[in-house]
Amino acid sequence: MRRASAALLTAPLLLFLLVTFVAPIAAFLWRGVTDTEVAPVLPRTAAALSAWDGRALPDEAAFAALVEDLRAARARDRQAGGGSIARAAARLNADKPGFRGLLPMTARRVEAPFDGAARAVLITISEEWGEVETWGAIARAAGPLSSFHALTALDLRQDAAGAIRAAPEDQSVFRAVLLRSLWISLLVTAACLLLAWPIAWLIATTRGAAGILLLAAVMLPFWISLVVRTAAWMVLLQREGVVNAALAATGIVDAPLPLMMNRFAVVLAMVHILLPFMVLPLVAAFRALDPRLPRAAASLGAPPWRVFLRVTLPLCLPGIGAGCLLVFIQALGFYVTPALLGGPNDQMLAWFVGFYATRSVNWGLAAALSILLLVAVGLCVALYGRLAGFRRLGAA
Amino acid sequence: MHRRTMLKAGLAAAALPATARAQGRDLTVVSWGGAYQDAQREVFFRPFQQQTRNRMLEETWDGGIGVLRSRIASGANTWDVVQVESEELLIGADEGLFEPLDWAAIGGRDAYIPEAYSEHGVGAILYSFILAYDRARLAQGPTGWADFFDTRRFPGKRGLRKGPKTTLEIALMADGVPAAEVYQVLGTPAGVDRAFRKLDSVKADLAWFERGAQPPQWLAAGEVTMTVAYNGRISAANASDGRNFAIVWQNNIFTLDTWVIMKGSPNKARALEFLRFVGRPEIQAALPPRIPYGVTAKGVNERLPAEVLPNLPTAPQNIQTALQLNDRFWLDNLDRLTQRFNTWVSR
Repeated sequence: MRRASAALLTAPLLLFLLVTFVAPIAAFLWRGVTDTEVAPVLPRTAAALSAWDGRALPDEAAFAALVEDLRAARARDRQAGGGSIARAAARLNADKPGFRGLLPMTARRVEAPFDGAARAVLITISEEWGEVETWGAIARAAGPLSSFHALTALDLRQDAAGAIRAAPEDQSVFRAVLLRSLWISLLVTAACLLLAWPIAWLIATTRGAAGILLLAAVMLPFWISLVVRTAAWMVLLQREGVVNAALAATGIVDAPLPLMMNRFAVVLAMVHILLPFMVLPLVAAFRALDPRLPRAAASLGAPPWRVFLRVTLPLCLPGIGAGCLLVFIQALGFYVTPALLGGPNDQMLAWFVGFYATRSVNWGLAAALSILLLVAVGLCVALYGRLAGFRRLGAA
Repeated sequence: MHRRTMLKAGLAAAALPATARAQGRDLTVVSWGGAYQDAQREVFFRPFQQQTRNRMLEETWDGGIGVLRSRIASGANTWDVVQVESEELLIGADEGLFEPLDWAAIGGRDAYIPEAYSEHGVGAILYSFILAYDRARLAQGPTGWADFFDTRRFPGKRGLRKGPKTTLEIALMADGVPAAEVYQVLGTPAGVDRAFRKLDSVKADLAWFERGAQPPQWLAAGEVTMTVAYNGRISAANASDGRNFAIVWQNNIFTLDTWVIMKGSPNKARALEFLRFVGRPEIQAALPPRIPYGVTAKGVNERLPAEVLPNLPTAPQNIQTALQLNDRFWLDNLDRLTQRFNTWVSR
């Protein structure tokens, strides 16, 4: 009975989460593994290519199907507007450049009836129809399920015959960006841990008003918006900003230092923003620490470093783990701070998700990159669970 | 797109109430809003209504081919004449969203500069990507794109638009490719490699802007020695912020916004009448003094005040060496070159 009423009470929250959080995200991520733009426009071509082995040009049936599809789609577009050919062309262009012009142009040219083989006519319209990879792009985009975006997100390509190989070097970016995101997050986490340890110790061991004041000093920036804090760093770090002005006034430097648009600025601001997430679990861990235990160890003759390594550190591990996990996972998804303070080679995976979602309107790739980010986070959490165990996390 | 943030400085209100519509509806003209549409209202819309004694409505939009597409698709399109960017003109014409333009009815092709012609629209304004620097900081400034890559004579950061469009053209012109051959060279893999090699030579000194407001800010703050910028932004900073920025017009890259008539417009005759009116040189000549964009009718330059003309993309000495942005090329190649650019820039 009590359990049933508890379930009833949490039902609104669960429903809210499902509708506003789980469902939209799942729907978006779904785009990363599906292809829906091309099949409705070229259904007959997709069917004709379904049994094609991709080694040589497809047979006349596929060429004829394409002509028929384009005529039907153009008639539909003309009657209802809609631009379905253009959308299909945009998707195919992401795979093989040139399609954005090729498909509408071909649709225009084959509209009038013609005699003879479709194959000859199409290849006269553009030599690209005589290339295997042109047809491979259509076959790859035929859907409904598709590995195209996922492979692109991993810097891989699949050719018409189905072989998977690495993308050309000048087109491979995402693996490097993922590694960079992990590296920046690791740096930020380590810096947070080193900085937070003494502060947290001080807060945990100071009694009275001073302790509260210290805690407030950590919490106050925590309540200010992330964007505002990032903008504040811009004011501080820019070429004619506060820091450079102070350095120049005191005569320490002659020319302004390049403090912004680099990795240093990104890590600095991210550490500042994420520090409270490290301090708070550590304070909790230190407060839970029985002060008699280190003292007992010392009285039994252990030198200070040994007390720290064998007694204090193991007892604080759950707090350290919780703090590191919180900071690392949040750092991995950072977007605004690197975008405003970093140079072009400091952008993290989230910037690319944003770029493909809003700028180049390639939602499939944006979704695939989101999945990559989600998997990376999942693996980190699993690794943590493996090493430290989640029960300890609960204890913090 | 970046250009518009400035243009939208103020909210443009519809000039006239929509009441008292006769059967059918009044001619509706759509533009970019902001300071730009304010100028258009003074120069084009009000005089047109006064002269023809006919009511017309104005609206604003932010661009995007999807907007035009859904208006035609829904069958509830209330727009007649729309100002579009060059890429929207190309896609919309491909998809049949616009009426073919009756050039004879608006004065014939010969009344306009050649760049203004397209089958489905007539050019409204020209604007340029130019090289800008601050005279207050640089007495002996750069004179062309080659100087942009000369870090020995001009040390310091230089600003470029983040993306391959315009950036690769600039790299090739700096490397000695004549403007007329830029897209021919860029169409080959070797040409693309050449552009990236040129960019590589100054990579550490490049700063990338993503919004059109950034270049004048960077110049003012001394963040960059020189930068690519929209000509209108630089002129505006000089006029309203009292800056002394210089524009290098040598090999600037220009593009046009175009007036089109929406497919199936019931006001086609009045739309042509409107375009005929705004295409007259004596009418167009009033626009550039208000906002520094080039206009498209022949015979405007002679009517402009002497201090206005040198700051326009259409001044003879400015357009002589200019390169027109090739939208067909970018429509086909943007995805591939953007991917390569992102890879290159983030290494």
